[in-house]
Amino acid sequence: MKTYDKLIFELSRPGRKGYSLPADNFGVNGMAEIPSDLLRKNEAELPEVSELEVVRHFTNLSSKNFGVDTGFYPLGSCTMKYNPKINEEVAALPSFNNIHPLQDASTAQGALELYYNLQKMLSNIAGLTEFTLNPYAGAHGELTGLMVMRQYHISRGDNKRTKVIVPNSAHGTNPASAMVAGLEVVEVKSKPNGSIDVEDLRPLLDDTIAGIMMTNPNTLGMFETEILEIAKLVHEAGGLLYYDGANLNPLLGKVRPGDMGFDIMHINLHKTFSTPHGGGGPGSGPVGVAKHLVEFLPNPRVKKGENGKFFVDFGEESLGSVSTFFGNFGVMMKAYAYILTLGKENIRNVGPLATLNANYIKESLKDDYLLPIEGVCKHEFVFDGLKDKSTGVTTLNVAKRLLDYGFHAPTIYFPLLFHESMMIEPTETESKETLDDFIEVMHKVAKEARETPEEVINAPLTTIVRKLDETGAAKNPILSYRALKEAAK
Amino acid sequence: MRETTDSCKIPLNFISTKTMSDKFMPHTEEDIRAMLEKIGVASIDELYGDVPEEVIYREDYNIPSAMSEIELRRHFNELGSKNKSLTIFAGGGAYDHYAPSAIGHLLARSEFYTAYTPYQPEISQGTLQYIFEYQSMISELTGMEATNASMYDGATAAAEAMFMMVASAKKKNRVLISDTVSERVVRVVKTYAKFHGVALTVIPENDGVTNLEAIYKELEEGDVAGVIVPTPNKYGIVEDFTGLADNIHSAKGSLAIFADPSTLAVLRTPAEWGADVACGDGQSLGMPLAFGGPYLGYISCSKSMLRKMPGRVVGATKDADGKRAYVLTLQAREQHIRREKATSNICSNQSLMALYATIYLSLLGKEGLKEVNRLSCDGAHYLYDRLISTGKFTPAFDKPFLKEFVLKTELDMEKINARLLENGIMGGLLLGNGLVEFAVTEKRTKEEIDTLVNLMVEG
Repeated sequence: MKTYDKLIFELSRPGRKGYSLPADNFGVNGMAEIPSDLLRKNEAELPEVSELEVVRHFTNLSSKNFGVDTGFYPLGSCTMKYNPKINEEVAALPSFNNIHPLQDASTAQGALELYYNLQKMLSNIAGLTEFTLNPYAGAHGELTGLMVMRQYHISRGDNKRTKVIVPNSAHGTNPASAMVAGLEVVEVKSKPNGSIDVEDLRPLLDDTIAGIMMTNPNTLGMFETEILEIAKLVHEAGGLLYYDGANLNPLLGKVRPGDMGFDIMHINLHKTFSTPHGGGGPGSGPVGVAKHLVEFLPNPRVKKGENGKFFVDFGEESLGSVSTFFGNFGVMMKAYAYILTLGKENIRNVGPLATLNANYIKESLKDDYLLPIEGVCKHEFVFDGLKDKSTGVTTLNVAKRLLDYGFHAPTIYFPLLFHESMMIEPTETESKETLDDFIEVMHKVAKEARETPEEVINAPLTTIVRKLDETGAAKNPILSYRALKEAAK
Repeated sequence: MRETTDSCKIPLNFISTKTMSDKFMPHTEEDIRAMLEKIGVASIDELYGDVPEEVIYREDYNIPSAMSEIELRRHFNELGSKNKSLTIFAGGGAYDHYAPSAIGHLLARSEFYTAYTPYQPEISQGTLQYIFEYQSMISELTGMEATNASMYDGATAAAEAMFMMVASAKKKNRVLISDTVSERVVRVVKTYAKFHGVALTVIPENDGVTNLEAIYKELEEGDVAGVIVPTPNKYGIVEDFTGLADNIHSAKGSLAIFADPSTLAVLRTPAEWGADVACGDGQSLGMPLAFGGPYLGYISCSKSMLRKMPGRVVGATKDADGKRAYVLTLQAREQHIRREKATSNICSNQSLMALYATIYLSLLGKEGLKEVNRLSCDGAHYLYDRLISTGKFTPAFDKPFLKEFVLKTELDMEKINARLLENGIMGGLLLGNGLVEFAVTEKRTKEEIDTLVNLMVEG
């Protein structure tokens, strides 16, 4: 039903319904007790549709989507690995889903034990002392981690540390999180190979620096080989090191961020630990810290008592709270299931095989695509568009042409270090055959760019909708069905 | 993991054990050999040759050995058996509303849940359209012109509403929040304010409701960028905000209302109160309690605040053939474009929970959501009347309520709640000073309420 294009509101007919509720036998009229001034005047125009119409509608919408289950999704920096089905099943267990977050701890020991175990496992995997699972997503973890950083300095009376160093190659969330946390961003330059320029860093390290945000491997997928020197310099200057866990996947089984000198980090459970990306979320962004920062983690925290019982704790030194309750518990359950399924044996292979897959694609395509930095990459790498710059075919064109061939596009125009960035991350869950298919198509597109460039420039040609008028959408925003109806008048 | 030796060109010992979880990593030894050859290295370890030797982790991870599906299910069932599913008479920001069966089935379609942010609109029309429908429905409930694609939860949405109001005010940096907003929300707003550098003033309540006079007094200072008030409030009271928006607007500030979206099918909307921003938690739209999440934060606003709004927004547009389609829009506000000049740092949101809300609201529809409120309200009033009639409870506040209310008692509620737990019931939340807060949803029957009352007063 790829031609289906109705909005749910357009199926609505007065009097139709898609629900059933019990009869009201309370013998009271509660609503009559509420003064009419406090009641709604105009009705909410929600649709009136039958259950079957709802089911067909959303099933049809799902067929207009592309997910990891549909096909290869090499979206750089997003780690679109397979989302195991058993994780969905265990996370839906009623014995966990029916628990109220304010239920007495004695009646939620299973949930608290899982929560506690995950805190411990992540601490071990990260090489850090403690984790909070409260943050809801990667950017939320960054914000929480930066709050820990500031709270640490403030607790020492070191109030002038209000700046944070961020590489110009960093994920956009890094500087944005710093802004929300009330920190001023100081940019450190990257060397031509994308690594932090230690000589540029050195003079920035004065007593106003709260710390540095880094990801390693960096956003070009290259390992920061001078990390130990950087850690030493930042620590000597009184600053802390924050690790952006968006790029943790290649290190799984190989390197622990804590061992590289990082004091604070977040993990994207929806990247490294296989929980689904959900069309944009929910994710989960646990934050881990080294020993001297544990007391500053946000409330609430889950602890284990001497009697072996788990309990919820509100620490006084804490930076405060960043979530209503405990975070995205349902997402944590899936990550926990994934870690247990891998076990200590197979977790060893995740990073290495992700790195193998990325290098294989890179080496197979560098004859047609411009590889700005030679050498081994980790889980991802960046091409600066097509090698042959005479065709007029851009990275955007290539990305759209890939959609015609049944692949999701890579991340494009990020990082900002190159004009035609195309960031490719295959993950360890893809087979050599899938990578070979992708490589073949990428070569084919490069050939088309040389021989029939208009085919690539006009792509996509076969998708259910074609190139969209994005300028018009931003110029005259139509953000609801009500606005759409008014615009049609 | 054992190390590959230099003499071993093909790292046959790389995959240390062929266990069941190799189902997530399809590489055969032959594949690995061919791929290494293409790359031109002798072993996978060589791909980590640029990593300083001293940071390579060689110890065993402190996690259990790989589990099969059978073992994993058993483990989860064992953990699950240590939880207790209760008949719930508490709210406090998480409500035990009913979820129609169809939601779970539709949410399980992996074309939805295995996709990410719809960066490529041509192959993401499913996600984009449900977000558009979600925005439309939340806008219908709040009465506001624009809604974003979702926030993390109600508390972080309130914090972002605070930032929006500060960003809209010229050179004003103070925000007032009524302490009739849930303490769990205020706690988060306070944390965000402290670090971001917003001066937040908590306005003490007056007999269970927002002290409007105290707000008006603060407005006279001339430095207030915005005010946050709740509906219903943390005691379940439906507050009267007559005159509030006008007073704030004449002081050149903005009004944000923290509203339970489920109740907006019947209660006066943020727009009808004159608010500039509406925010809150969508958990009440039939979402599982799930020990606190994932839930759904929402933000709606008036047109004038649109460009200060955080997060993703979907707009309607047309494709090259003139066909109606949907696309992420107004991205110039967002972190991936504006970096430290963005309106917020939010990237991943709670998209799948927005789909949940959209399906819920489609099924319940215009009449169903009103019926949910009517049933909850009648059940709550029935429980209220029954408890008052025992003579052991008195009203804490004489104010209108919908599904949640507070009573005062001299009974030993800790003991009573423990007794209720033994009977599989989660009683009211204890607010201190003899105050107990109950919540009733459409899931609670008359019989359950009678049982609750009997167990509480029997002694």
